[in-house]
Amino acid sequence: MKEKLGSMQVRGLGVDLEEFRLCDINLDVAAGEYFVILGPTGAGKTVLMETIAGLHRPLSGRILLAGEDITHAPPERRGIGFVYQDYALFPHLSVAGNIAFGLKRRVGRSDIGERVAAIGRLLGIEHLLHRRPGTLSGGEAQRVALARALVVEPRLLLLDEPLSALDPETREALQRELGRIHRELGTTTVHVTHDFEEAVALGHRIAVLREDRVGDMKREGRIVQVGTPEEIFRRPANEFVARFVGVRNIFRGKACPAENGYKLVTVNGLEIAAVTELEGSVHASVRPEDIVLFREPFLSSARNAFRGQIVDISDRGTVVYVTIRIPPDFVCLITKRSLREMELRQGSQIYIAFKASAVHVF
Amino acid sequence: MRALFANKMQASFVVLGLLLILFVAWPLLRTITATGPVVLWQTLLDDEVRSSIGLTFYASFIATAIAFLCGVPLAYLLARVDFPGKRLIEGIIDVPIVVPHSAAGIALLMVFGRRTLLGQAFGLFGLKFVSAAPGIVIAMLFVSLSFLVNAAREGFEAVDPRLERVARTLGASPWRAFWGVSFPLAWRSILSGMILMWARGLSEFGAVVILAYHPMVAPVLLYERFESFGLRYSRPVAALMILICLATFVVLRLTAGRKRSRV
Repeated sequence: MKEKLGSMQVRGLGVDLEEFRLCDINLDVAAGEYFVILGPTGAGKTVLMETIAGLHRPLSGRILLAGEDITHAPPERRGIGFVYQDYALFPHLSVAGNIAFGLKRRVGRSDIGERVAAIGRLLGIEHLLHRRPGTLSGGEAQRVALARALVVEPRLLLLDEPLSALDPETREALQRELGRIHRELGTTTVHVTHDFEEAVALGHRIAVLREDRVGDMKREGRIVQVGTPEEIFRRPANEFVARFVGVRNIFRGKACPAENGYKLVTVNGLEIAAVTELEGSVHASVRPEDIVLFREPFLSSARNAFRGQIVDISDRGTVVYVTIRIPPDFVCLITKRSLREMELRQGSQIYIAFKASAVHVF
Repeated sequence: MRALFANKMQASFVVLGLLLILFVAWPLLRTITATGPVVLWQTLLDDEVRSSIGLTFYASFIATAIAFLCGVPLAYLLARVDFPGKRLIEGIIDVPIVVPHSAAGIALLMVFGRRTLLGQAFGLFGLKFVSAAPGIVIAMLFVSLSFLVNAAREGFEAVDPRLERVARTLGASPWRAFWGVSFPLAWRSILSGMILMWARGLSEFGAVVILAYHPMVAPVLLYERFESFGLRYSRPVAALMILICLATFVVLRLTAGRKRSRV
């Protein structure tokens, strides 16, 4: 039996397919880590994942799983689970048949039933086991696909845009599920997405994949930055990452219920009022354009009003990004005209306000 | 039904199309109805007729089995892999549909005849093709394999290759991914191709008659009766064959084609 948790290293990986190529990809994923590969929508991330799974032959480089060189191992010997964006369930098998597929010839018949039931309970799909994949909703189908990949206890789980085909409500629920399952099983996971908030909510670390057009038909992908979510959006390595990630106020905090149905998200001692169902450890984001600046304290309907100091003013043509240290630091977007009229300078005392409903908790 | 006659254009299309349907159905019906059930029964009891029908079914079945064995793997490759010369291979598969079947018979004779290398090699194993059942089988195989290969290829093309990839990541070898996923999903197409091929093999005359006039398959027997005794004596045999072929075809189509929308 191979060890259950695997660290994964990719060294100088190059892949060349008809429409896409990957250049010099290097990744280090620790055992038990939840690692996110973030990049714009395109074919590149899927190609990278399929190469790690052994479905494409790399041109150069090595792939190591739990210290073992698997670069030339066939996919069935790697112990890597794969979940596609649109589930890829076997339409001719029942849900139970789909989940049991990978267990055949590995465990005894009676054990198969037990393990299918156990993983069904973990993912909350026991009641679907006799159904056909065609009758499932998107969220149900993705749970089945997850169960099918997890039931064989892979050393590494690859998730290729697992939430992108779902409607927003299901997506949020399944995103939380993914976090919970990872905490429970501890499977080393690489998750690919184009959604930054999804990456922040789930990833211990994020790698940003950039795709460029080379020639008429071909695109090329390379990793441009690897780091914790905070590092990625606070210190983007280059213009591409900065533009892709955007300027954001994202904080990690703790959400607790407060009076009148609000939640208070505590970030570094600062209490931010928000409207959300979530509680406990969360992320909160406020868009820079949703924050209003005042010279004087002001009574308004905005639930959140704080005093701070301007630490940075960044001119972007017609608009200006003003960074205000409360702390933490908030970035606000204002027009150049407001900057002039309010006579804002670095070091000025200033008040900011934003509505509880402008806070997105995830 | 009303949708058919939605406007004048469609109504005129209905009339034109109906002409073609009548053209097929009328002669078949006429042949069957012109022969009384008693005569049909007597024809069925005719040893020569029965053994030729049996031979026809059997030979076409063997041809279909051979095509299944080699054609399904070929169809899978054509559906999944891009390789140089693929278009040429696809063309070769379609050639038997366009060459005159008597010419196909001559061509087979050139390779499998008594004095050819292949003919003599098979002769060592006691297998001869000219004027023998194996000759009938290869003639049927040659002229009808396109149906099976093309149907199977379309069937495999309709299977998402990612299903096979997922199967591989779940620990399945390429063989098990094929038998556990691709084959069952393409099975309806393959089966309908087999039925089409088998039916096409049953009705083959041109290629068979050149390789093996004897033993006589049903179409050759029919031709011989017509040549020797005329319309009156060949008609019951024709009616019987039409009935048997129609019946088997319908039964097979019904059992195999319940969910043809996928194909």
